[in-house]
Amino acid sequence: MRIAKGSWVQVEQVVMKPGERAPQVPEDTKAVPLMLWVKGTLLEEASVGDTVEVETAIGRRMTGKLVAENPPYIHGFGRPIPELLGVGAELRALLERGDRK
Amino acid sequence: MKDISYAAVMARRNEIMKQALGLDYGEFELGGLAFGYERMMERAGYSLEQVTSIQKQTNVGDTPLIELKNLTAAARALSEPGKGARIFIKDEAANPSGSFKDRRAAVSCFFAEHHGYKGVVAATSGNYGAAVASQANMRNLKSIIVQELFDSRGIGQPEILEKGRKCEAYGAEVLQLTVGPELFYTFLRVLEDTGFFNASLYTPFGIAGIETLGAEIVAQVQAREDRNPDAVIITNAGGGNLTGTARGLIKAGAPETKVIAASVDLSGLHMASDRDFNRKSFTTGHTGFGVPFTTWPDRADVPRNAARPLRYMDRYVTITQGEVFYITEALAALEGLERGPAGNTSLTAAFAIAREMEADQIVVVQETEYTGAGKHVTAQLTFARENGIEIRRGNPDDQVPGKNIIIPSDPSMIRPRDLPMTDLKVSYLKNAMKNRPAGSPEALTETEFAFLAEEIKEAPEALPTLLARARGC
Repeated sequence: MRIAKGSWVQVEQVVMKPGERAPQVPEDTKAVPLMLWVKGTLLEEASVGDTVEVETAIGRRMTGKLVAENPPYIHGFGRPIPELLGVGAELRALLERGDRK
Repeated sequence: MKDISYAAVMARRNEIMKQALGLDYGEFELGGLAFGYERMMERAGYSLEQVTSIQKQTNVGDTPLIELKNLTAAARALSEPGKGARIFIKDEAANPSGSFKDRRAAVSCFFAEHHGYKGVVAATSGNYGAAVASQANMRNLKSIIVQELFDSRGIGQPEILEKGRKCEAYGAEVLQLTVGPELFYTFLRVLEDTGFFNASLYTPFGIAGIETLGAEIVAQVQAREDRNPDAVIITNAGGGNLTGTARGLIKAGAPETKVIAASVDLSGLHMASDRDFNRKSFTTGHTGFGVPFTTWPDRADVPRNAARPLRYMDRYVTITQGEVFYITEALAALEGLERGPAGNTSLTAAFAIAREMEADQIVVVQETEYTGAGKHVTAQLTFARENGIEIRRGNPDDQVPGKNIIIPSDPSMIRPRDLPMTDLKVSYLKNAMKNRPAGSPEALTETEFAFLAEEIKEAPEALPTLLARARGC
């Protein structure tokens, strides 16, 4: 699907390939590339996977592989944690009992 | 065309930094290991009065000091008779972007504006990014935030995802990277490309900005209780929070107040490991930053780090991830304050340390931070569980960072675990000797000797024994 010029998009860059990682990096990190993502306004119509130029929120031009049009924020509050649900009641009970020692 | 290879950019780092900081650190060098720390803070920083006025311009500081009466009562219920200090907390979440980091960003952005920089750059996965972006907006500067956020699967810590969202909400350009210390290379390239100011956490401005926090604590406790606090507990990562707060306490006339550092124990997890990255539930305030920066501050993104915590630290304790989550829940349930969780590291230590102190003493926790989607106990523990971390009630002493998170079965299990101060000082001296410039005379000069004693808050007489230990004698 074509993404229109002027759309808010995310692009990715490979900053360093696995063979180029810094010497002090642990082995598991050395085995993978250093990747970068940034968002900006698409300067020419393109498709996902194309190399494109964007203008970032502060007006800098950056080049990268187009990965998504206006990706959502996916973080939330998760689920209530059963192991923590009792904490409030336990502390209230402690306060009601008063000095324990 | 400039050579933009990793080696070439790293080789230009001093030149890039000089331009991006507007400061020549060379003028503070005293030869060998030594440099004039106080001279740097005076010449390059701002006075307490100046910082207070700078921060007023952008609505930073003057946050409420809250007495946590129910949490104090709970600590007393677990203490010997007559024990259980009163616990107060400085509600730093009331700053414009929701954390004490606004204090640091305020001074950096003031400096950048007055020295004609068009924008500011910060390398941070923490609250500091939002603080810089927020303060930059008030001073009509552009901002770029460089974050370490994803592992190689493209999975991001929810806490950092939220911090990235907040920076974007302020209109910052946010560069989001996978795990690795080469983030610094990207950071240098951005500085070189833009000519923006390096709003480092470790400049004299970044530290001077926190001195007001220590001074406000003294003024507020004095106004209410007509005395100074007995102890202030500070979450320790890069060391700036502790250094600035302690300097503020001293400047405000409370040099006797004990300065206690607290970090979450993440021992065993490698901070540059792609695999370990999403196996931790704290992205800051932990031993993975706290211990290395305490024992060798000059590993930062500036030639001389203004954050030098061993100069001020009286005690350093660790607590566990599960204990912080417990206390975060307790703060909401008993005090009606939904804050943190990472910012509650010092509160967790305070809850335990208050039990050792007399009931008429005062312990101050010097920060809270905003909470929200991603940055919340439920979000972070849901993420931990999805990444295979076991979560259960039990004894926090059974924790293994990266494998489990143990929520204490009982609040009496929350306890401070002391890192021996002498070991930290010896470790600092080892690093100092290792980093002594090549070609230095074999014996330490008098200046170096005096510098080292100040660096570890010891009398010069005590230094030879500690140096012998550092040399392995």
